Amino acid sequence: MTPQTRKDLVKQGAIWAFIVAELIFFSIAGEFLSVSDKAFMDIDNMLLLLKQSAPIGIIAVGMTVVMINGNIDLSVGATFALSAIVLLDSMTWPIFAGLGDWVIPVSWLLALLTGAVLGAINGLIVWKTGVDAFIVTLGSMLGYRGLVFMYNGEQPTSNLNWTLVDLAEAQFLGLHTATWFLLGATLALWLLMTETVHGRNAYAIGNNREAAVNAGIRVGPHFLWNFVLIGTLAALSAVVFYSESGSVNPNDGMLYELWAITAVVLGGTKLSGGYGSIISTLGGVIAIQLLRKGLGHIGADTETVNLVIGLILIAVLFLDRQLNRKGKEELKT
Amino acid sequence: MTEIPPVLRLEGIVKTFPGVRALDGVSFSVMPGEVHALMGENGAGKSTLMKVLGGIHAPDAGQIFIDEQPTVMTSPQQAKAKGLVFIHQELSLADELSVAENIFLGELPLKSMGRVDWPRLYADTDAILKTLNVGFNARTRVGDLSIANQQMVEIGRALTVDPRAVIFDEPTASLTDAEKSVLFDVIADLKARGVGIIYISHRMEEIFRMTDRITVLRDGSYRGTLETARTNEDEVTQAMIGRSLDLSRNASHHELGEIALEVRGLSCGKLLQGVSFSVRRGEVLGFYGLVGAGRTEIAETLFGLRDPSAGQILLNGVAVRIASPIAAMSHGIALVPEDRKAQGLVLGMNCRDNMTLPQVGDLSAGPFVSNGAEIAIFDQYRDKLDIRTPGWRQLVGNLSGGNQQKIVIGKWLSMRPEVLIVDEPTRGIDVGSKAEIHNLIRDLAAQGFAVIVISSEMPEVLHLSDRIVAMFAGRVIREFTSEEVTEDSLIQAISGITADRVA
Amino acid sequence: MTETTRQNIASVLARQGILIAFVLFMIVFALANQRFIAVDNIFGVIRSSAILGVMALGVTFVVIGGNLDLSVGSMMSFSTIVVLDLHDKVGPALAIPLMFAMTLALGAFIGFLVGYLKLNSLIVTLGMLSAIHGLTLTWSGGKNMDIADKEGTWFAIFGQGSALGIPMPILIFALLAVLLSVLLSRTPFGRKIYAVGGNGTAATFSGIPRARVVFLTYVLSAFCVALAGLMQASRSMGSQNTVGQGLELVVLAAVILGGASLLGGSGTVFKTVIGVLILGFIQNGLLLVGLEFYVQYVVTWVIIILAVWLDIAAKRGRFLSPIA
Repeated sequence: MTPQTRKDLVKQGAIWAFIVAELIFFSIAGEFLSVSDKAFMDIDNMLLLLKQSAPIGIIAVGMTVVMINGNIDLSVGATFALSAIVLLDSMTWPIFAGLGDWVIPVSWLLALLTGAVLGAINGLIVWKTGVDAFIVTLGSMLGYRGLVFMYNGEQPTSNLNWTLVDLAEAQFLGLHTATWFLLGATLALWLLMTETVHGRNAYAIGNNREAAVNAGIRVGPHFLWNFVLIGTLAALSAVVFYSESGSVNPNDGMLYELWAITAVVLGGTKLSGGYGSIISTLGGVIAIQLLRKGLGHIGADTETVNLVIGLILIAVLFLDRQLNRKGKEELKT
Repeated sequence: MTEIPPVLRLEGIVKTFPGVRALDGVSFSVMPGEVHALMGENGAGKSTLMKVLGGIHAPDAGQIFIDEQPTVMTSPQQAKAKGLVFIHQELSLADELSVAENIFLGELPLKSMGRVDWPRLYADTDAILKTLNVGFNARTRVGDLSIANQQMVEIGRALTVDPRAVIFDEPTASLTDAEKSVLFDVIADLKARGVGIIYISHRMEEIFRMTDRITVLRDGSYRGTLETARTNEDEVTQAMIGRSLDLSRNASHHELGEIALEVRGLSCGKLLQGVSFSVRRGEVLGFYGLVGAGRTEIAETLFGLRDPSAGQILLNGVAVRIASPIAAMSHGIALVPEDRKAQGLVLGMNCRDNMTLPQVGDLSAGPFVSNGAEIAIFDQYRDKLDIRTPGWRQLVGNLSGGNQQKIVIGKWLSMRPEVLIVDEPTRGIDVGSKAEIHNLIRDLAAQGFAVIVISSEMPEVLHLSDRIVAMFAGRVIREFTSEEVTEDSLIQAISGITADRVA
Repeated sequence: MTETTRQNIASVLARQGILIAFVLFMIVFALANQRFIAVDNIFGVIRSSAILGVMALGVTFVVIGGNLDLSVGSMMSFSTIVVLDLHDKVGPALAIPLMFAMTLALGAFIGFLVGYLKLNSLIVTLGMLSAIHGLTLTWSGGKNMDIADKEGTWFAIFGQGSALGIPMPILIFALLAVLLSVLLSRTPFGRKIYAVGGNGTAATFSGIPRARVVFLTYVLSAFCVALAGLMQASRSMGSQNTVGQGLELVVLAAVILGGASLLGGSGTVFKTVIGVLILGFIQNGLLLVGLEFYVQYVVTWVIIILAVWLDIAAKRGRFLSPIA
């Protein structure tokens, strides 16, 4: 298994400690300030929390992989929206008219394929041109969003298929479908990063790219795979969410990349790459969602949530820096 | 009687880049079980040769033979598969990963579906670590290891195949004597196994202790192979630079002025402990010691980059507090730092702007920069220091190492400091420029500057200094005058052996 | 063609590539639709790019200093909303300086975090994007802002007025560009920004107050954002509280298109202006040939990739990257 120093465990445990602190805080504060008469830590509430964490969460675990290998993907929100459009719209395409409800898996597949292709485009550009991923995905964030608008102008794209909605709203073993997908994606990616050579190479490439290249690791295809991965996950997230909601606006998914990155960083992954954990990202996602829910529970509004999350992110950065300082040993540059 | 074939043979290797013939028909061979030194000054072609052997550059002419099989090198990984392994000067490890994952980087043993075979990985790594006789285990995070141990991991990387030849590039730069002997044991072990070893180093003591033959390169051409047992330092140096380097002791005897800088009991956490010394005007005070001995840390503290935890700094007899480089500059202290590219220069800026950077505000006419004044300063020091550049607009990144270093020196001289600290004045600089910079430093002293020189090269520190401070583990062990110092006593001092404790 | 001639052409292309591409692009569109080069059309484009342009000028300083600022979009929303709201509460003469003070305070806060505390600018400004958005929503109570009496105030002059026949936004943009260009290229402060962005460690080792320089770049950027907010508020005399959303990335795109390196140490005011104009004329050109506005996003995407790719390719001497 991966090497774990005590410091690492403390850092990774921090996000979970934070979650526990949030649970305690909001439960107590909720007793005094809540507008509803249910307790904060009500089981339904917590299950709903997991379900609501799924859209950003599925993207965030993918973002973790991309960031560990030293890249970033700012286009996931647009990919999310475009995949959602393909999902909903393809169910009404004349080609599939004869399939009845069997069009659903076909549409799922097409949506996932969309995500994969969009990811592949990003990956190929990063690989073959050498342009930094930040700039490439900054561009594709604009470009893919343009495609989203080009599809149907500023109108929403809707298609309500009740079979699909029923499927999406179902619960297995008490957890929502969306939650299962979130947990599944987390597990799959965790296995990828800790057990497979692709995952270990991601750490190596992010940590010391030159060493990885000299060791014969092919960085280009590696990047391509990771972008395809996150593109597909963005599409998966859209499939999970829009199967239930049935209607997508062209502005949907805006800022999702920023929330995903926030979750990843809160979870302890380094922006510079080479270090990070899928499980901690899940923690980051839950922490953010918990904050949203908790603040809502005590009567605060979206404005305050935004404000608080922003400040917490900064506070986390500051704490991380303080923990990493070596005191007298450090140069004052 | 059958002849043993060399394990590695180069024949007529030629490599040209636009405008320069980096390798001009280099041929030599390495026998199995031989430790073969490769020497030459910076720019002689050693690193180009390494890149050719490592498959990073394709030679324009010539052939490489491994066990007398002609081989074409295409990449470091492929070179390794052919049996040629490199231990580079700059360690290239993924410090967040474990020792095992680093040693088998790119070669992780696999199970089905791309999964890593962890038990086998650790078993194989343990086997390698055992041959290296190290104290850490396969699961340790590489970033937590000391530099010497990290180097062992690099060597471990070399041993995942059965190498035919291993090339060591300046392996002892950051090692203590104890760590060096561990390294030499490893080399002896490889030697016993019939592996051919190329040993690139500037350190004559090690070359003459460890190696069987010495090949010398100069300006890209092969200058000969000497048998170590039958040659001497002077002959080798002659081959390297075509003349003997004047590294005689500093024999200058000009007038020394009053004490410009005095340090009393300076401490900084664990890095410096109770350091005391003084420098006079007209004097060159040399600091010698191993990496981590505290020399650079003193420079950083004097320049305001570190806060001391105890002690006093006195300039011209007055105690001062130096909280930042700006404060240091106002007190007349200047620092030519250790790493000119990372600390001394902004490579993307031109020569003039780099040189006038500390005083760009002071030189301004009103709110604007004063181009004329800045160019005047550049011209003045370009002439004084003989800096070779097409013009002031040239980007500093395009200059040679020696000229870059002169820009940094010019930058600080133009500030008219009282105390000039120079950390590793000639690191990575060709011998011609080296001599120029040495003369320059001695001239500065003659002009009345108080100069502190920090160096890792004994000949240099002996050549330049009027007095030498030997440091070890953050402490001043002993001070020598240039008359009394001997190489042996100096080495002992910096290894921590004080006068009353002889090993 | 000899090797050196080829290299010379390549290096000229690299340095002036964007400019050349811009000129070519203008020619192509002019041929497609005559209206494109009509004077009033050109003025119109520059006028509508002015607000973005003002923001991009400020971000240029931050980027040259080696940092990013993703908060400028929500900061602009904040400025716009605040000045509109205060206009009706304390009058324009007081509203404007108050808004500037508040925006500068935000910029100073960010500058403190990135400059003095040395926190990562991407994450800090990401967090501030969210926090300032929250602030804006709180201030506006979630509603849009409108000036009650649009006729009876001189406030409109910034966004709608003109002097010497030139629309005010263009004048403001141009004036700011000239001032900032002088600041960047002719003052010690400008030189120091290039040094800090080019090699922060070397800058410190040369006695440059790195923290203060970075801090000031953010304050300057905030000033530009405040100005942009003023122009926006004055132009429409009312606004949604999400008016600036997403602008940070378009601004960044303009700065990148202009050729500044995100690593710091390079870029100029003039180049950023070109980048801004390119984006403006793309949008305009596409509209004039009958395409909807969102096509510009796709075109912008392609142009950014091509522009940066060619810039990198010229520097390394080969088209395809050496990534294996």
